[in-house]
Amino acid sequence: MKYDVAVIGAGVMGCSTALHLARAGMKVVLLDRGPICREASGVNAGTLTMQMTRAALIPYALRAYEMWLRMAEWCDGGHVLATACPGLSVAFTEQEAAMLEERARIRASAGAPIEIVSAARAREIEPGLSQHALLAGHCPMDGFASAYLTGRAFRPALLKAGVDLREDCVVRDVDPGFTLDTAAGRMDARRLVLAGGVWLGEMAGWLGVPLPIKTLINQLVVTERMEPVMRTVLGVASGLLSLKQYANGTVLIGGGWQGIGDNARGGIAVKPESFLGNVRLAAHAVPALREARVVRAWLGLEAETADALPAIGPIPGVADAWIIGSVHSGYTSGPYMGRILAQAILGEAPELPLFPIDRLLAKENAA
Amino acid sequence: MTVVWDIAVLGAGPAGMAAATEAAQRGAKVVLLEESPAPGGQVYRAPPPGFVMPTDADRRAGDGLRAALAASGAALRLGVRIWGVGGGPLVPAGDAPAPFRLDGLDAEGRPFDLTARTLLLCTGTQERIIPFPGWTLPGVMGLAAATILLKAQGMLPGRRVVVAGAGPLLYAVAAKLLKHGAAVAAVVDLASHGEWWRALPALSARPDLLARGAAWRAQLLLKGVPVHAGARIAAAEGVAVLEAVRLQKLQAGPERRIEADSLCIGHGLVPAIEASRAFRAQHRYEPGLGGWVPVLDAEFRSSVPGLLVAGDGAGLRGAAAAPASGRIAALAALRDLGLMSSITHAKACAPHKLDFAQAARAGGAMAAMMALRPALVAAIPPETLVCRCEGVTRAAIDAALDEGALSMNQLKQFSRCGMGPCQGRLCGEAAAELLARRVGGREAAGFATGRLPLRPVPMDALLGEFDYADIPVPAAAPI
Repeated sequence: MKYDVAVIGAGVMGCSTALHLARAGMKVVLLDRGPICREASGVNAGTLTMQMTRAALIPYALRAYEMWLRMAEWCDGGHVLATACPGLSVAFTEQEAAMLEERARIRASAGAPIEIVSAARAREIEPGLSQHALLAGHCPMDGFASAYLTGRAFRPALLKAGVDLREDCVVRDVDPGFTLDTAAGRMDARRLVLAGGVWLGEMAGWLGVPLPIKTLINQLVVTERMEPVMRTVLGVASGLLSLKQYANGTVLIGGGWQGIGDNARGGIAVKPESFLGNVRLAAHAVPALREARVVRAWLGLEAETADALPAIGPIPGVADAWIIGSVHSGYTSGPYMGRILAQAILGEAPELPLFPIDRLLAKENAA
Repeated sequence: MTVVWDIAVLGAGPAGMAAATEAAQRGAKVVLLEESPAPGGQVYRAPPPGFVMPTDADRRAGDGLRAALAASGAALRLGVRIWGVGGGPLVPAGDAPAPFRLDGLDAEGRPFDLTARTLLLCTGTQERIIPFPGWTLPGVMGLAAATILLKAQGMLPGRRVVVAGAGPLLYAVAAKLLKHGAAVAAVVDLASHGEWWRALPALSARPDLLARGAAWRAQLLLKGVPVHAGARIAAAEGVAVLEAVRLQKLQAGPERRIEADSLCIGHGLVPAIEASRAFRAQHRYEPGLGGWVPVLDAEFRSSVPGLLVAGDGAGLRGAAAAPASGRIAALAALRDLGLMSSITHAKACAPHKLDFAQAARAGGAMAAMMALRPALVAAIPPETLVCRCEGVTRAAIDAALDEGALSMNQLKQFSRCGMGPCQGRLCGEAAAELLARRVGGREAAGFATGRLPLRPVPMDALLGEFDYADIPVPAAAPI
């Protein structure tokens, strides 16, 4: 039997692509070397914010935001407890205030409804905010999800759409045509989608395509349940903090501080200095967090291309092979990126343009 | 910069005390770190300052180890909470292994860190409690928790106590309760009489322990305490607090109700492997040693160079075997650090290896009796809480498994089981067993990724006073 398409990597990008292709009638196999959404898609901060999204991705993120909030409607009831709330990006110094104003202006012109507000106004929106704030970017369109639910949310919908979901099924190599050498034997597919997160570089290598992908080892910290201390998604001008309190009372502290790890070993260790710096920054923003107890810190791997813009589109020189990933704040935009890639694979015009990787390969050749 | 210790020993139970003593006596720079205010561990626990407690065999053995430790020159850091472990192999790809690093809060709650060339984990065990209806009622406590109350301060968990579960701790606690004046309404032992008889040959390797066990039993007989063998607690009952327990033979049969205001229950002990997991040392599942244990060589070296594990945390063999394992590990560390010749090492090791083998035989028989009993997990009713931190019932875990959770990490994500303050220390055994039934065993079920902090850590203490300008905020993300 030959599949119409084999999608390798069952994170949010792969799941969304597979789901949309299967619903359009394709026979899809979705493979992952581990369980569904167990890497970045299942361990990220679940921030659905425009204020950490790159300007070029704002139009995509706005559409994906709606998809997350209405996930149950298009995912057969599956959801990630997506919650809408206001978002604040805060400046504590004059220098940060300047950066904040510039970044808010750029993101607003890209379509994000961000306005600069005074510290006093920011504290009305977020009473938990510290007295140190000078200024804030306010975006009423913000929110968060429980990323750990992502696999559970997608799985039933994928199965219902007829996707052949192969978890714990490593793909070792891909031959032209395409024949996949997997833990469950050889599989044939007419089309190929690579959706392997930070491992996209190795996957592109199967096809002889040199695609350099940088790996970020992002740190996250969660507190015990506590009384309500905040009600917004809170960040800082530099993007190096994300804070939100879930309905169960836990506060999640992120922002992309770096731990130790790599593609081969995964995220192996939190750096004590990153851990301390990240939680100090959090407590500087929301002083009531001093009363919290930290329960766990962990790491998730994020992929980044040379220009920090996505790799989404056809793979040059290999007919019927596609790639999707390396999307900055990729969880936020993920489901929408899968949808437009599926449109392109189905021969339709994508609603918004893809991010072809020719530019990244050309740079590689030039270098 | 601060000193780099030759050896840091984490945990001052019998293994840790003996290890630190051995290494310090032989000239190594040793620091011993302990969460309690005094060294001793669970079995040889010392009373808090100002408390006078009667001296028994455990107390004498503990005092002996404490005296040797005090004379050894090992540095002691007591009342500290170690929340972070790092270094060793936990370095960027291509870097040479680093010295081990421990991050903690001292007895006054101030942060500190230290580095050591070798790290010896003597972190002991945690208690296994397989949930049953009513297990979260006030008045129900762990068997090991009850021994802490009794040993440290002679405090009774209740007036009329049912002691239930598995292993020698049952009889130790029951006898101690009687001694301190409580009424023991019943002892409910999972093991049958036959199991105890079959353990006797191994126990005879340590006649002293055997004699103590016999003495405990004799006291129960003398006071007319009923012992129900081959039986389990089917439920704990009470409106706001415990009022009664219901017990049942393991082979089913009628339930029996016993009124009690306290239930001390433990289903065995599980090696505490948080730190060795954090280092990503290799582990294997050995039910007879308590469950997941680090893979170790004959001298207690783990798969991570410079990381050793001794005492019950290396696999359950009992307090009597722990000092010998600590000394063997300490000598191995000295040898590996180049502080001892191979001849001296071999000579020094030999008697401890004999001691260990003998004590481990008896301890191993007890550990086998405390092994997890799958029937208890199977009997958990759907509406019973398994994860009390997050309020996850057996039914919710079954639902997550039905939805396709394949590993402990995924089960946690699908159900929140193990995401709370205990990080799976209480619920993990039952949850893993439920998963194991679906995926073909505990090895396949695996364990949740080990992460920091090793214990919940109060943010205020951790943060201290700081200036915003001193926070090392990385470069801004791209716009």
